Amino acid sequence: MAAPATLFDKIWSSHAILVRPDGATLLHIDRHFVHDGSGNAFRMLKEKGLSVRRPDRTFATPDHYVSTLSHDLASINEPHRRGVVADLEANAKAAGLTLFSLRDPRQGIVHVVGPEQGLSQPGMIIVCGDSHTATHGALGALAFGVGASEVAHVLATQALWQRKPKNMRIVVDGTLAGGVHAKDVILAIIARIGTAGGVGHVIEYAGSTIRAMGIEGRLTICNMSIEAGARAGMVAPDDTAFAYLHGRPYAPKGADWDAALAHWGALWSDPDAQFDREVHLDAAEIVPMVTWGTSPEAAAPITARVPDPASAPDAARRDSMQRALDYMDLRPGTPLAEIAIDRVFIGSCTNSRIADLRAAAKVLDGRRAVVPAMAVPGSGLVKAQAEAEGIDAIFKRAGFEWREAGCSMCVGMNGDLVAPGERCASTSNRNFVGRQGRGARTHLMSPAMAAAAAIAGKLTDVRQFATRP
Amino acid sequence: MEPFLRLDAAAVPIGVPNIDTDQIIPARFLWRKRRDGFGHLLFHDLRFNDGGAPKPDFVLNRDGYRDARIVVADRNFGCGSSREHAVWALCDYGIRVVVAPSFGDIFFNNCFQNGLLPVALEAERVAALRALLEQAPGSHLAIDLEAQTVSGPDGAIDRFEIEAFRKECLLVGVDDISFTLGHRGHIAEFENAYEAKVRWL
Repeated sequence: MAAPATLFDKIWSSHAILVRPDGATLLHIDRHFVHDGSGNAFRMLKEKGLSVRRPDRTFATPDHYVSTLSHDLASINEPHRRGVVADLEANAKAAGLTLFSLRDPRQGIVHVVGPEQGLSQPGMIIVCGDSHTATHGALGALAFGVGASEVAHVLATQALWQRKPKNMRIVVDGTLAGGVHAKDVILAIIARIGTAGGVGHVIEYAGSTIRAMGIEGRLTICNMSIEAGARAGMVAPDDTAFAYLHGRPYAPKGADWDAALAHWGALWSDPDAQFDREVHLDAAEIVPMVTWGTSPEAAAPITARVPDPASAPDAARRDSMQRALDYMDLRPGTPLAEIAIDRVFIGSCTNSRIADLRAAAKVLDGRRAVVPAMAVPGSGLVKAQAEAEGIDAIFKRAGFEWREAGCSMCVGMNGDLVAPGERCASTSNRNFVGRQGRGARTHLMSPAMAAAAAIAGKLTDVRQFATRP
Repeated sequence: MEPFLRLDAAAVPIGVPNIDTDQIIPARFLWRKRRDGFGHLLFHDLRFNDGGAPKPDFVLNRDGYRDARIVVADRNFGCGSSREHAVWALCDYGIRVVVAPSFGDIFFNNCFQNGLLPVALEAERVAALRALLEQAPGSHLAIDLEAQTVSGPDGAIDRFEIEAFRKECLLVGVDDISFTLGHRGHIAEFENAYEAKVRWL
């Protein structure tokens, strides 16, 4: 009988082409997503005189540099941004890749598009030149981000050398209270284990809370595995995952579906499988979270106060906390729920799916934002779905801008920036110094919390809105 | 890729934990082509003020550190985004080695594709090295990849770990692609067997 194995072990060993004496493994890659930031990788390939080995396994969509005001390529005013989007389309055409172009309603943020199209499936190894590739692990895949040289390597060989990371399991058990969402769970996890807590590990998220969660919540949690230091995060595929995939454009059909289901059904961590590290959280203890600093681990319940650097355990941490508070222009002891904001961003690969927009709209319905705010759906199809449900109208009536799909203000590469010194309530994934623009101050939170912040003009506990009929 | 054998050079201490790749190179510069170079953009917003003038208090702008070829950093250096531009910016500035207690996983992998050597040492020793460099700006560290050692300004020698294959690639100066293409036969054989089993891909 085979030794007990984790879900991650099983996927890893089934994709091993070769193992070098030093332990590095050449892994077969099932899916490779490329985007408008992949230009340097295509140039490396060309310089080496190589072509794309498996155009049938490589899917392209522009997201980082696209305008969210219009999806007409000519409307991108800056030549360098227009150039990288045009380059992606030209590279995809030349290599024969499937392209969801700007004119295609299936275009969107690559980590929203993959699951939505049924391209991301259980048991796969998925890579993309973007650290938030971990997102796709929500469907039971091993998915991780790679750098440009590794993108070029996968384009040329459909394979990648990796050293096997360790196994970590994060178990969340119990029922989430009203107003508490997947984003609060992952922020609570990162606050607990730290931004380096998962370095060198692949995280499997397990427990009754994760099991009860829809795929979109799981996508949010796996998405921020990288903010916990882990290159990949995953959830064992179950009936929720199979139901999500069934009937999607690239999901298996007919007899193939039955064969796939039989295969996917075995993708569980064996009961006696060993994890190198385990962390447990009680869902009942998780409340709506916000970040106060410049690292995602600087997250706290909205009911808390800005921490005091004087209480830090050592001088290095005290300095680092003080630097963060200086940048964020916050004083120790200030209640988080009293921090006034200048703007709200709802979007990004973390929180731009239909469930996210619904959660925000539920809070916004019949209310007005008192600060500038924008909602950026994760794909053309999410946008269309929201419009069919009348969610766009709720956002617009609340004073939000309703934009076209793209990465937008999460990273600002398309020009959607937070101004220097401005404070933004954001559903994105990184509150790094300068992430949303030079001098921009970011507070991370769930879509429901961002909606509440828009209405109140300050960080606010969304639960005070939850009882409204 | 330039081979890496040994290096005796000035080192710069950057004692801030969790230096993310957005700080190493801000997102607004990522559209540029690799061949255009990124060295002048390294640590851009930490290094230059809004008008583009060097910030006198940033360590790389101070006497003794400007020509550093080694960075001695703090924990979780290079966390965040997968942008290889962070490694390119370090390389193009002239940095060949980063010593830190720990690294972001993707950054760590990206280093080896570009001949940049990431060296992980115990946090206490890294802090001691930073203190020595702060006391005497311009002090050298000596890195010997063959022997896997770091010699500090205090004369103490520390050994570091590195995977044998990665070490060989750095010593010779080859990247992964050339090596993997030699295994095309294995790749095709695997794909045939795999696709017979996983037909629905």
